[in-house]
Amino acid sequence: MTIFGSCGTKEEALDKMKTKTFIGGVHPPDGKGLSSDAPIRKVSAKDILVFPLSKHIGAPSLPAVEVGQRVKIGTLIAKAGGFVGENIHSSVSGKVKAIEPRLTDNNSKIMSIVIENDKTDEVEQGYGTPRDIASLSPEQIKQIIADSGIIGMGGAGFPLAVKLSPKPTQKIKYIIVNAAECEPYITCDHRLMLERGEKIIKGTLALSRIFPGSRVLIGIEANKPDAIEHMSALACDEPTVAVKPLRTKYPQGGERMLIYALTGMKLNSKLLPADKGCIVLNVSSAVAVYDALYESRPVTSRIVTVTGEGANSPCNLEVPLGMMLSELLEAAGGISPKTRKLLSGGPMMGVSLSSTDIPVYKTSSAYVALLRDDIEDSNMTECIRCGKCANVCPERLFPTRLAFAVNSNNLELFTKYGGLECIECGSCAYICPAKRPLVQTIRYGKSEVRKKK
Amino acid sequence: MNESETRFAISSSPHLRGKLTTRGIMLDVLIALIPVCGAGVFAFGIRALLIILISIISCIGFELLYEKLTRQPLTVGDLSAAVTGAILAINLPATVPLWVPVLGSAFAIIITKMLFGGLGHNFMNPALSARVFLLISFAGIMTTYPSTVRLISTFTKVTSEATPLKSVASGESINWFTMLTDMHTGCIGEASVIAILIGAAYLLIRRTIAARIPFTYIISSAVFIALILIIKGDAELITIDYMVAQICGGGLLLGAFFMATDYVTNPSTPLGQFIFAVLLGLITAIIRLLSGSAEGVSYAIIIGNMLSPLIDRLLTPSYFGKRSKPIPFENA
Repeated sequence: MTIFGSCGTKEEALDKMKTKTFIGGVHPPDGKGLSSDAPIRKVSAKDILVFPLSKHIGAPSLPAVEVGQRVKIGTLIAKAGGFVGENIHSSVSGKVKAIEPRLTDNNSKIMSIVIENDKTDEVEQGYGTPRDIASLSPEQIKQIIADSGIIGMGGAGFPLAVKLSPKPTQKIKYIIVNAAECEPYITCDHRLMLERGEKIIKGTLALSRIFPGSRVLIGIEANKPDAIEHMSALACDEPTVAVKPLRTKYPQGGERMLIYALTGMKLNSKLLPADKGCIVLNVSSAVAVYDALYESRPVTSRIVTVTGEGANSPCNLEVPLGMMLSELLEAAGGISPKTRKLLSGGPMMGVSLSSTDIPVYKTSSAYVALLRDDIEDSNMTECIRCGKCANVCPERLFPTRLAFAVNSNNLELFTKYGGLECIECGSCAYICPAKRPLVQTIRYGKSEVRKKK
Repeated sequence: MNESETRFAISSSPHLRGKLTTRGIMLDVLIALIPVCGAGVFAFGIRALLIILISIISCIGFELLYEKLTRQPLTVGDLSAAVTGAILAINLPATVPLWVPVLGSAFAIIITKMLFGGLGHNFMNPALSARVFLLISFAGIMTTYPSTVRLISTFTKVTSEATPLKSVASGESINWFTMLTDMHTGCIGEASVIAILIGAAYLLIRRTIAARIPFTYIISSAVFIALILIIKGDAELITIDYMVAQICGGGLLLGAFFMATDYVTNPSTPLGQFIFAVLLGLITAIIRLLSGSAEGVSYAIIIGNMLSPLIDRLLTPSYFGKRSKPIPFENA
């Protein structure tokens, strides 16, 4: 049941609104308690900052500065390389030290702009100027968002301005804020909702002005009752905003699962959310929209959760983009020398890091230090065909059969069984009692099919 | 810095693994078999325990031997061989000579399981294939059931030469309440209906097995048995006593909960499993009522196992949003 602008206590709100969800999914230990009560703390930039030019979806950005050039906070240092692209701004004042390939979190080197911080915190002209958004046209709003370098900050890194430019045949009915935060351990969106909830609502309402008649749905997993309560109270006076509790289940925050839970509409790999009249954005992106529109601030920082059993003091930090991970971890209180695995992102879909000599980026939502490594510690057996992978697959696929098709090099069968639909959430590999690398094999299959195309 | 370069483990996501393991699942099945084996030992005496132990030890031994000889990694730790041994044992009468479980184990493990690639690759339930092999080779030994059985109601041994199924086939009647609550002669695992149901409940509660296959199988057996009787013009046979004996006797419950549910040898989609279970019911009913053999369940499951790959092949799995289309602009 949808209640627009519902007010009242948490109990009433939860009572009125049944939690929504999808079919399948798993319940990994969530580890969120480590950092969910730690208020966002600002960390200051150190000497060297690195800005990789192609960590988003789309054409690599083109450097707009030269080596030796002076930059300020908010200076555009790289321009979008095309319509689907990303503007990049400096998070510090200082000098461009180099433009060279640098290591990033996928363990490969990417062309990056390296800036030396002079610690004067000088800002670019116009940076931080309050703006009256009532007078802005939809086109101007989109332009500001494109100029401010806002990309999907939940992890995908898809340029937001592109999402906001649907085809003329697509009529947008819903702007969905993905506040599920279903990945274990990560709490940055949770803290943002508690501390900057009004920015999330104002930011998304500004977007809904581009699409007359559209409504805002904020989907939050039920394991964050304080956030549901707070956001519901804030949405109280907004007739077009509805806060919807979602069942706590991984991957509730997967785009297709979220849209299905909130609207009952099903997407597949051939459809974009806009084909079903939806635009989905992450909590962090919504805050970035507010900052860009209301305060003329491009994306130069983000909230990062540093956590895991290996983190000395799990916390949520506001981090200047480009900061080196080694320095961030130090600012966060350090990680245990017994850390066996360090992840960028959560344990279900995150990337394992070999080095801390990498920069924080717009999609870096969390760094998780794990003391144990389930992968090394588990023994693989033959598939016993228990079918649990199929039971939990949110895409209703048959992971073990897809993996079998890949292993026998039968990509035709792999495609016929819907292998390309896999969202790589990892639920199959998580649940598998035989500890088989199911999603990993399917991921390989997908890349092989793409190569052949 | 160099220290940290090599310190962390690298792997592809997900980095978490659930607690469920192959060994854990097999252990659950072994736990579920404890009441069944216990009832068998209670009813038929210490010899039943001897058969169970010999069977489990031989299955483990043959797997170990095969893997040693063929220089493969040792897999007995996954406990699947122990499960095969236990299931084979409950499918044997307690009166069989002691070499029978050893020979059965050899067939189950070496022929049905290891020669086809080991765990997960066998095309029939190993224990059941061994039972059928023994049944065909040594019909006399395999169908001579203990002539005495200790009753739960009196704690005394009574003479009981006919299994419940044989009794009803020869026109006798067994009170349905006695059928459900007391001990009967037959294979070791068939002694007590209650013990089977306790084990089944454990597997269902632990979600080691799903309800779909066993319940569909039991219901479809009952329906087809009734249908065949009606068609034959024997509708007057259909009484509560008769149907309870048919459902609870002849290893149907044992087969439905412990053998038809074997992951490896049944179809993998929900629809496929439903079709499989209905087929099992049909074959069981046909064999029991239209052939002279009392081995409906064993043959039904073996035939069903062999049809499973075909059922799987015919049903192409669908996926989320397969038929989903963009919303046309006019309706938007």
